[in-house]
Amino acid sequence: MIRLNVNGKSRDYQGDPEMPLLWYLRDVLELTGSKFGCGMGLCGACTVHVNGEATRSCLTSMQSLAGKEIVTIEGLSPHGDHPLQLAWEHHNVPQCGYCQSGQIMQAAALLKTKPKPGDQEIDAAMQGNICRCGTYQRIRAAIKTAAGIEVKA
Amino acid sequence: MTATRIELASRRDFLGGLFSAGALLFAAGTIPADAFAATEVSKTTWNPNLWIGLNSDGSVIIVTHRSEMGTGIRTSLPMVVADEMEADWSRVRIEQALGDTKYGSQNTDGSCSIRDFYDIMRETGATARLMLQRAAAAQWNVPVSECKASVHQVIHTPSGKKLGYGELASAAARQPLPKKEEVVLKPASEFRYIGKGVPSYDLKAMCTGKGIYGYDAQVPGMVYASIERSPVLGGKMKTFDDSAALKVAGVKQTVVMESAQPPYGFQALGGVAVIADNTWAASQGRKKLKIEWETGPHAIFSSDTYKKEMIETASKPQRVVRSLGDVDASFGSAAKLVEASYYTPLLAHAPMEPPAALAHFRDGKVEIWTATQNPQAVLTTVSAALGIKPEDVICHVTLLGGGFGRKSKPDYVAEAAILSKKLGKPVKVSWTREEDIRFDYFHATSAMYFKAGLDAAGKPQSWLQRTVYPPIGSIFDAKEQYGTGELSLGFLDMPFDVPNMRAENGPAEAHLRIGWLRSVANIYHAFGIQSFIDELAHASGKDPVEYWLAALGEPRTIDLGKQNAKYGNYGKPIDAYPLDTGRLRRVVEVVAERSGWANKKPGNGRAWGFAAHRSFLTYVAAVVEVEVDKAGKVRIPRVDIAVDCGSVIHPDRVKSQFEGAAVFGTSVAMLGEITAADGRVQQDNFSTYPVARINESPYETHIHLVPSEGLPTGAGEPGVPPMAPAIANAIFAATGKRIRELPIRKTKLV
Repeated sequence: MIRLNVNGKSRDYQGDPEMPLLWYLRDVLELTGSKFGCGMGLCGACTVHVNGEATRSCLTSMQSLAGKEIVTIEGLSPHGDHPLQLAWEHHNVPQCGYCQSGQIMQAAALLKTKPKPGDQEIDAAMQGNICRCGTYQRIRAAIKTAAGIEVKA
Repeated sequence: MTATRIELASRRDFLGGLFSAGALLFAAGTIPADAFAATEVSKTTWNPNLWIGLNSDGSVIIVTHRSEMGTGIRTSLPMVVADEMEADWSRVRIEQALGDTKYGSQNTDGSCSIRDFYDIMRETGATARLMLQRAAAAQWNVPVSECKASVHQVIHTPSGKKLGYGELASAAARQPLPKKEEVVLKPASEFRYIGKGVPSYDLKAMCTGKGIYGYDAQVPGMVYASIERSPVLGGKMKTFDDSAALKVAGVKQTVVMESAQPPYGFQALGGVAVIADNTWAASQGRKKLKIEWETGPHAIFSSDTYKKEMIETASKPQRVVRSLGDVDASFGSAAKLVEASYYTPLLAHAPMEPPAALAHFRDGKVEIWTATQNPQAVLTTVSAALGIKPEDVICHVTLLGGGFGRKSKPDYVAEAAILSKKLGKPVKVSWTREEDIRFDYFHATSAMYFKAGLDAAGKPQSWLQRTVYPPIGSIFDAKEQYGTGELSLGFLDMPFDVPNMRAENGPAEAHLRIGWLRSVANIYHAFGIQSFIDELAHASGKDPVEYWLAALGEPRTIDLGKQNAKYGNYGKPIDAYPLDTGRLRRVVEVVAERSGWANKKPGNGRAWGFAAHRSFLTYVAAVVEVEVDKAGKVRIPRVDIAVDCGSVIHPDRVKSQFEGAAVFGTSVAMLGEITAADGRVQQDNFSTYPVARINESPYETHIHLVPSEGLPTGAGEPGVPPMAPAIANAIFAATGKRIRELPIRKTKLV
């Protein structure tokens, strides 16, 4: 049995220890905000926080998570009002929206370590997260807004 | 029950009640839905019941029949209804329509949602507004002309009396339906939302992980399927061994699915499905299957050989599809001849959400939840696959995690339906990225040949262009090798004013499923034509924009019928949506001015490129800035795009489509390539099929909407075609390397 904590709730897992966290979240807990995009850690759509660090849940096996604290997009803020979520709304970032959970979770981890990131730091942190609709320009602007950095129109 | 399940269940209950009874709308529901039953788009206009519900608490329900894949259409069309109805947007709830022909076309494809439904949505909203005004007038016993609708209430202007929409709901529902000629649309000056926009209805859900996509659909008791398909199109299974697969924890059983027969259309491909308790177990079980395939005739397909054959075909005379003057005689008298060949590869759609569908077959009917661009194709495809009637297929449309044309082909939905019927329980089919890339309906590869004869001043006097591509029509007719639809996508409509012109089209046999991808054949045709005109400008020593405008000639409308060309014009009448070179000129002038083109001085690996192209009835011009460093790495600091798409309904969503198209076009130009050997696709994930990431995409893209009061045209696709040639032309200006083949990453730039 593996005991872990998901969005503040203690959970016991007894299934296949090799199953990646993503499928536990989606198929077992029915937390579908974390998305499947590639299954190889190439696109970032499945990004969650494990002990505060941005982690690709599609590659993280359940057996590696004993005692760990997981936060998903559903648990990022109680009312969906994390500064990044508000900035995402302000800039009308999403198009199809599918990758945005992962983008926001990645950006949230970035702001924890770099509260005022520059362009290069944003690009370095966010280049693992693909957006096929091409919302990158607005993602960059929203991260800056959330960080209190002025964004030119 | 989780949030996911509740949402799906309540939606089902709501829509079931709404449309089977057809009576909820306008609260009292005295208008029998059958009285307005219609299947044609034009007739649906007069069925406000189909689109609008008004409850006595004042809440308004607007039904949207188009699929949301990122364009914002799920918001924009209801917003038009709300504006004409004078409904307060904050009191509007949007409901997604089931697949049903009563809505007219639901195929969210071809950048046509606004241009086909803008007028209908306006008339629908205005009809509801008039019925509310009449209900208030009757209640007050005053003339309707004294009753003005404004922000969710009707005001009696002489007395100032007011009645809220909720209070009027029941009386309005008893009003006879107004005649079309009685309905008056708002003047543009009174628009509240049209031309201004509202935040996307799904914005909050998308930022909090609550949006439900096809991949997220869940119902109690469902099982998960993962399907192993023939690695070569049309292959048949010889032997299979599932003993190892069945030992995987969570795997319940395997199901053999019949192989599809050509033409493949939207059929399920067939193969072996592994059924399991969860997505992971199903895919692990699939990897343990041992299957021997009889690979069939397409095993000969190698993209390298095929490329050579296509280029060879393009080098020879082919069937003539547009002709003006005498090209060959004119070549003989040219001061200078310029020739060039271009090649573009197969591409995969790779939407962020791979194909997924959930189907539940019971009592002879099947209920489906899926991310589809085309729910009515789900009805026809699934009913054919199961041998049931289309009306026994219920298709719920979820949000789509990107579509780009992939999700208008419901082969994956047929898979889920077939499996659910066999198993008698709900089955979810979720494709992996590897399946998505290997079993796509690929964007066609193409080879093009161009030859121009220039006069002493450098102006083209003769122009020959040839195009060769495996046609999309091959999925519907396996013998098809030409394909006519593609010719109307940026090829026949070559806009330059050249007195002697000939366009030719050569054949190519398809060995994979070919399908339409965002902007379709415009991608390769714009790359060829817009690269070649840039080559002519440089051959003549002229500025590319000045040369381009001179070649375009005086503002005019081009009548392709007089040049023996059968031009489709995106299904719209040419008199209403002419090929207007004046509008094309205008976007070029705007983009040149806004980008500061005239003052740009290339140097140190930094330069600018230009291209312009009309597609989906929209005129687009792009200027791209590139920086090529000493290692040959390309950076795109800035893109300017000028757009004339007629009247703009939702400016921010139009801008976002063009911002996104700049990134999509960058992927096409720089990165995308599908190849095959022995009939097998060689790419399988973002490692081998890269798409543009944040650091590879244009750093800033500026969209300049050219003011227009013209009919609205397309927005989703037309930003893509100019990108590849503009990038390639910029790279030529920066490095002197002429790009004649995509993707650019394959060309060594320094």
